[in-house]
Amino acid sequence: MRSDITCESVAERLPNIVEGAKADATVTAHVESCLRCQAELVQYRKLLRSLHQLRTEVLEPAPGTLTSILANLEAAGERGAIRSMLSGRRAAYVGGIAVATAAAGAAGALVLASRAKRRGLRIAS
Amino acid sequence: MAPDMAGLVTAAKDGDRQAFEELVRATHADAYTLAYRLTGNEEDASDVVQEAYLRAYKSLKRFRGDAQFSTWLYRIVANCAATALGKRSRNRHDELDDDAELIDIRPDYDPDAQLDGTLERERVTEALRELPDGLRAVVVLRDVYDLPHEAIANELGISEAAAKVRLHRARRRLRERLFPLRGEEAARAV
Repeated sequence: MRSDITCESVAERLPNIVEGAKADATVTAHVESCLRCQAELVQYRKLLRSLHQLRTEVLEPAPGTLTSILANLEAAGERGAIRSMLSGRRAAYVGGIAVATAAAGAAGALVLASRAKRRGLRIAS
Repeated sequence: MAPDMAGLVTAAKDGDRQAFEELVRATHADAYTLAYRLTGNEEDASDVVQEAYLRAYKSLKRFRGDAQFSTWLYRIVANCAATALGKRSRNRHDELDDDAELIDIRPDYDPDAQLDGTLERERVTEALRELPDGLRAVVVLRDVYDLPHEAIANELGISEAAAKVRLHRARRRLRERLFPLRGEEAARAV
């Protein structure tokens, strides 16, 4: 029995159905009884097979492509190395300042502590 | 012997640049093929591949290894191609229409000299090249490279629903072009 749904509206759904999308019962019933829609579905299957076969084909890049990719990567690697060297130097510079500040602070604390000690001794005597 | 891709990826992630170069050698023809299928011309494909490897190199540490390296790279290539195609359509006003005749500039593309299977692939490749960029990208990533809808949408910067609509349109156009029904063939001939 042919359903009421038209070939045009079934055709709209065939590109999804061919991939395995679930078709509702009216569409399924129509396709089962309509030679035109069955033929169209077969053509979509052929299309998917043809597209899938392209996956095995590998095109040869233009000569020099690989060399150029590797050269670009090398340049990027060098830029990265320079950047990390510079940021390393910056870190060393900031670290040096921090160490110097800490050393100055410690020295100051020692001076203050020794002064306080001397003052204490004078009071005691 | 096929290279140990997982070993190379691990070494490259640890900073071994030689290992990354080996990965490039092992995958560049594949990456180029995808770029060519997405962009439809050699020059853009070469630029896309260059950019894709630079991005891959910079973000390799973020590659978790839960997918194959090649699949991860395909997504980067797709993303770079989408950027290139976006620039191209902004810069080019004579956007190809559906009926435009395309001239193949590849020197080794003489279908008469190819075998039957190759001829069939050439016909499909040509039909793909005739599609508008946006439709071609989706159908290539889905039906040739098997990428999931979600990944395609992410890499092309569109919604999943939009990706599905484009796929539907692309398949329909390709089917009508490559595998027409009897009535359609007659209509095309008129």
